[in-house]
Amino acid sequence: MRDSGLKSAAPSFGSLRRVMGLVRKESLQIARDPSSYLIAGLLPLVLLFLFGYGVSLDLRRVEVGLVVEQATPETESLVAAFRNSPYFRVHLARHRQPFEDDLVAGRLKGVVVLASDFGDRLGAGETAPVQVIVDGSEPNTAGLVTFYVQGVWGTWVGEEALSRTGLAVRNVTPPISVEQRYWFNPELRSHNFLIPGSIAIIMSLIGTLLTALVVAREWERGTMEALMATPITRLEFLLGKLLPYFVMGMAAMGLAATAAVLLFDVPFRGSVLALVVVSAAFLLAMLPLGLLISTLTRNQFAASQAALISAFLPAFELSGFIFEIDSMPWVIRTITHVLPARYFVPCLQTLFLAGDVPQVLVPNTLALLAFATLLFGLLVRSTRLRLE
Amino acid sequence: MVDRVVSLIVKELLALWRDRKSRTILFVPPLFQMLIFSFAATEEAKNVRMAVLNRDSGTASRDLIARFEGAPTFTRIDHLSSDGELAQVIDSRQALMVLHIPPDFSRDVWAGRPAKVQLVLDGRRSNAAQLVAGYSAAIVDAYNAELPRPGRGPRPASMVVARTWFNPNLMSTWHSVPSLVAILTTLMGLVVTALSVARERELGTFEQLLISPLSPTEIIIGKTAPALLVGVAEASGMILVGVFAFRVPLHGSLLLLYAAMIVYLFAVIGVGLFISALAKTQQQAILGAFVFMVPAMLLSGFASPIENMPDWLQTVSYANPIRYFMVVVKGVFLKDMPTVVALGHIWPMALIAAATLAAATWLFKRRME
Repeated sequence: MRDSGLKSAAPSFGSLRRVMGLVRKESLQIARDPSSYLIAGLLPLVLLFLFGYGVSLDLRRVEVGLVVEQATPETESLVAAFRNSPYFRVHLARHRQPFEDDLVAGRLKGVVVLASDFGDRLGAGETAPVQVIVDGSEPNTAGLVTFYVQGVWGTWVGEEALSRTGLAVRNVTPPISVEQRYWFNPELRSHNFLIPGSIAIIMSLIGTLLTALVVAREWERGTMEALMATPITRLEFLLGKLLPYFVMGMAAMGLAATAAVLLFDVPFRGSVLALVVVSAAFLLAMLPLGLLISTLTRNQFAASQAALISAFLPAFELSGFIFEIDSMPWVIRTITHVLPARYFVPCLQTLFLAGDVPQVLVPNTLALLAFATLLFGLLVRSTRLRLE
Repeated sequence: MVDRVVSLIVKELLALWRDRKSRTILFVPPLFQMLIFSFAATEEAKNVRMAVLNRDSGTASRDLIARFEGAPTFTRIDHLSSDGELAQVIDSRQALMVLHIPPDFSRDVWAGRPAKVQLVLDGRRSNAAQLVAGYSAAIVDAYNAELPRPGRGPRPASMVVARTWFNPNLMSTWHSVPSLVAILTTLMGLVVTALSVARERELGTFEQLLISPLSPTEIIIGKTAPALLVGVAEASGMILVGVFAFRVPLHGSLLLLYAAMIVYLFAVIGVGLFISALAKTQQQAILGAFVFMVPAMLLSGFASPIENMPDWLQTVSYANPIRYFMVVVKGVFLKDMPTVVALGHIWPMALIAAATLAAATWLFKRRME
């Protein structure tokens, strides 16, 4: 009687009390369950280490073969230019055959050929081609090797021009030269954009995994029936479940961002406030997804598997963190739009490297909030607090 | 003994097939990967959005811009009118690159003075940006070659001629489909073995196996063979789809590919059995498989080349069987890899297989006593 009186007198207070009670119970459960520490504390760091050290697109000391069919002073100086480049580890030979075999075996990533008439043609003022053969089985490396060879060659042409007479300068300088400026990341460290992107992937996994097991566990242990016997409403139940994990998720996010800056020297040029807002929006989308999986499967095994498959793989492949979304066929590009991580990756890259750019942050955060609303709505609809 | 093992293998395959969860694991990830991932793993820059800030009013800049507009890499070219707009399109990621042409560009070009254009690129996507800068340099070079050269000598003195072997058009599916064969083989071999023993433990049927006349070795063979069969079958399906649907060339010897695949599967199955012997529940088994799979995949050279990793990590990756298999699969598909070269990658896998299988057998026998 007393309870019902309380309820009618102060419904909002009773509701708040019930939610807080559930939050307390859930927090205690988290605190006593070592697996939640593993998921929110250890997993982000381990994954960040793996991504940070293991995934890099910066070519460092690529093995290339340099074929000099006939040595002349010109080829000598070009060889020296290649040897001085930080991008290449150069192997020399007079014939291309052994290097072609190495290219097949994958020991070399590219072969540069200076044909026997290279020096003569250069001396005679004719076009002397520098041939580059790259391994197309790794298209990205192939493109970069070509790009770096062009760079070494361009510098060499410039220096060669300086050391010669005025006529020769005109001979080697192209009419139009290209100057490149890379904003936000002038040293072209791939870490600088891969690590913020990988935080989005790590948080997709953690956000989903944290809540995926929660309701499934209640069903499996039979404590769901006990909850049903209480006067709690669906909304209160979900809020009570989500709040503690939201706090944990934000802590994991803080851990990952701090590690990115301190351990991997990624600059952070945005504001912490913007990072908190964007991350909160992202977690609000991911946590209900995990809870939804959990509610639908009612089974910890299936829930963890679904979380891994639905959160990790698509985020890895379709979020644009390593594979450019613009380069994908349009069908796949359309599919990427239903992925929260796709909106989180550009926000993080921008916050870390460029700063608070509202044109990037606002639309993406709104998209994340739309996801959060949609998923939360689905979650409320599919949550059953009655036994059928 | 052969009869007993064969009936165990048949039982395992039936168990795998009849369980809805196992069937899902067998079919959903491969289908998903095939339909999405082979297209998503792009390693080139396409459909790039760029912008032009042209301060020049002459014909040379118009010619140059027309060449960019004609290039298939760029789908949209916006025209800007101020530095502020330049900063804005880069900041907001509306353009990956801005071509900036200075005021006296055309006059310099026609007068034979050295002219310069500037590319401003978004370093937040520095990898794609570098590829696009490479394409742009090629476009400018081609234009250079066609310019009249008053007082500049007859032709450019030297030029870089790039040729791409094994994949002349740099198709990303030619790279992603063979990688996918390697990844799916791993996934199947690992998950099927990791789950089989854990499932028996959960259902309590493992004790029944133990009291059967089967020896531990026979049980291990009975658990290994189905994973091998499923792995080879799924990989074969993937190879067929790759060759006939994705039109990836298969230049090398299938025999070599299958030999490498079987050795590789043994290595993976060893890991799977090890996880299986440790795990008490299917959930632990799947988490164990995940814990092995993610680092193994990241460090296999599929997401980014192994040579780019720090030296100590490269040393660690020698213990990763996927790295060898990846090279052989791609080599057989695209490069017609000679047997000797392939063997150089197969023997480390055989070594790893021996180690993982021995460790799994040891742990298994200890657990059974």
